[in-house]
Order: sequence, then structure tokens, then C-alpha cells
Amino acid sequence: MHLLYPAVVSALLFSVGVYGVLARRNAILVLMAVELMLNAVNLNLVAFDVFWRDRLHGGQVLTLFTIVIAAAEVGLGLAIVLLVYRNRQMIDVDRLRDLAEDRAPGKALDPPGEATPDWVAEGAS
Amino acid sequence: MTGQEIVFALLGVVAVGSGVLVVTTRQIVHAALWLVVSFGALAGGYLVLTAEFVAWVQVLIYVGAVVVLLLFGIMLTRAPIGAAELDSGNRWAALAVAAGTAAVLVTVVVLGFRGVSAPPKAGGGSAEELGAAVFRTWVLPFEVLSVLLLAALVGAIVLSRSDIGPPEPGHEADRDVHRDGEEDR
Repeated sequence: MHLLYPAVVSALLFSVGVYGVLARRNAILVLMAVELMLNAVNLNLVAFDVFWRDRLHGGQVLTLFTIVIAAAEVGLGLAIVLLVYRNRQMIDVDRLRDLAEDRAPGKALDPPGEATPDWVAEGAS
Repeated sequence: MTGQEIVFALLGVVAVGSGVLVVTTRQIVHAALWLVVSFGALAGGYLVLTAEFVAWVQVLIYVGAVVVLLLFGIMLTRAPIGAAELDSGNRWAALAVAAGTAAVLVTVVVLGFRGVSAPPKAGGGSAEELGAAVFRTWVLPFEVLSVLLLAALVGAIVLSRSDIGPPEPGHEADRDVHRDGEEDR
């Protein structure tokens, strides 16, 4: 089997994940795109393990470890997302700008006409 | 082009196509369901590559657990069910970055591995082989990983419990009011 097929599929899947991480605004959709990127890496690991006929099966074992780490990551990520939702009533990553550097009033991303949420007022006071 | 390559190419098209649908669909539940299709096609690709144990682990953990967890997250955050605007404002910059990444990676991979091929040997990824590899060679990373899973479990519990944490003097009254308001909703 030609090694080019899994490598190209993996590269395309990774760039699809990059697009998803950058373009989505819902935090759970961002997590899904991260899962796509992790799967692209897994495909690469398995393909090269099979290609090198590794006696120790380092690639496939590392794939299993990556799957476990991805499960832990999505569990913790969802816990954080739920905590953000509990505090802010939204999980829109574009509007979570508390840690942003440019706090100039003209650059606020909040759409005009929207009432300021309670937590903004609390944080300002 | 052998039969194996044809099957893998078809599965790859399905995986990448449903991945594109995951990141472009306007319905958030559909995104999770397309993720199932993408992971399933990748599991098929692992089977073609003779990594059968990894394929079944992929089906069990990704399709069985991770997607269900993501669906739980969608439901618990009361995401808009139905068509909604889910893309952020920097979609075109993201498209440019992703296209650049894809171009660079595919060019490098094609230039590097053009003409390299090896027929996979059956049985290289069976549960017996992988079990021997994990518990002979990679047993220390395996144990470290179990500690990591425990830490992630404890961390998730600590994050999702609301009744623990450092006491905030002076904010107790505020918090009680806030909690009453949440129960009303």
C-alpha cells in the first residue's frame, strides 16, 4: 500500500481541524475540531507504524495513549465549558475577552444594543 | 492501484468530507453526528492498515464515549438546536490559514513520500501483539497514563462541583442571591 494515501488524508484532516478551531465560535465545536486534529495525528502514527513494521509497535501504542489523553482532554474541556456556561450563560469564545489585552472601548466586540451582562458590571466594580 | 488503496482512498474521502461538514454545518447536533461518520471512516482506515485493535478502540472510545460526552455538553449548555450562526467573524482568515496549512503539509508529504510503498502484513496490529508490546516495552508510560487519567477525573469533578472552593469573605450574600436566581430560571 502506498504510504501517500494515509499521509495525505491525515494532512487534509489536520487542516480541516485547524479551520474548525479558528472559525467556530461555539466552544464545544472548537473541541470537536481539536478531536479532528488529534485523529489526523493518530492516522499518521498508525500508518508509519505499519510502514516501518515496528517490532515494538511504538506507533500503535502511542496511538492508544493519544486516544486516552484525548478522552481525558475532552472530559476536562467539557467541565471547563460547563463552568463557563454556569458563570456567563454563554460559551461564545469570541465574547470571552476577559483576558484580552486591548481593552480599548472602541474595540469591544459586543454587538451594539445588547445589554451588558451582570458579570461585566461585577468585574468592573 | 490495488484494492486496498481504493478502499482506503474511499474511506479517506468519507473521513475528510464529513470532517468538513463538522466544521461547516449550521446545526450543532449535526456537527456531532458528522463527527461519528468521520471517526467511523477513520476506524475503517485503521482496519485497512491492519491496525485492528486500534480500530476497535477508536470505535469504542471516540464513537462511543467522546461523541456522547460532546452531545451531553451540547445539551447541558442549551446550545441553539436548529440552524444558527455558529461561525465567528474571522472565518476568511481561518480559511486562509487552513488552506495554507493544507498546501504546505500536502506538498511536503507528496515530495517526501512519493513512490514509497510497502504492503501491510496481516496480524501486525492484533490485540495479542499490542498487548505484549504495551505490557512488556511500554508498561511505564501505561502506568503514568493511568495516573494522568486519575488526575483528569479528579480535576473534572473539582471543576464541575459548585459547592467547593476558597471561601470569599464578603461575597457570601451575593452568591446566595445568585443561586436563588438560578433556581428560579
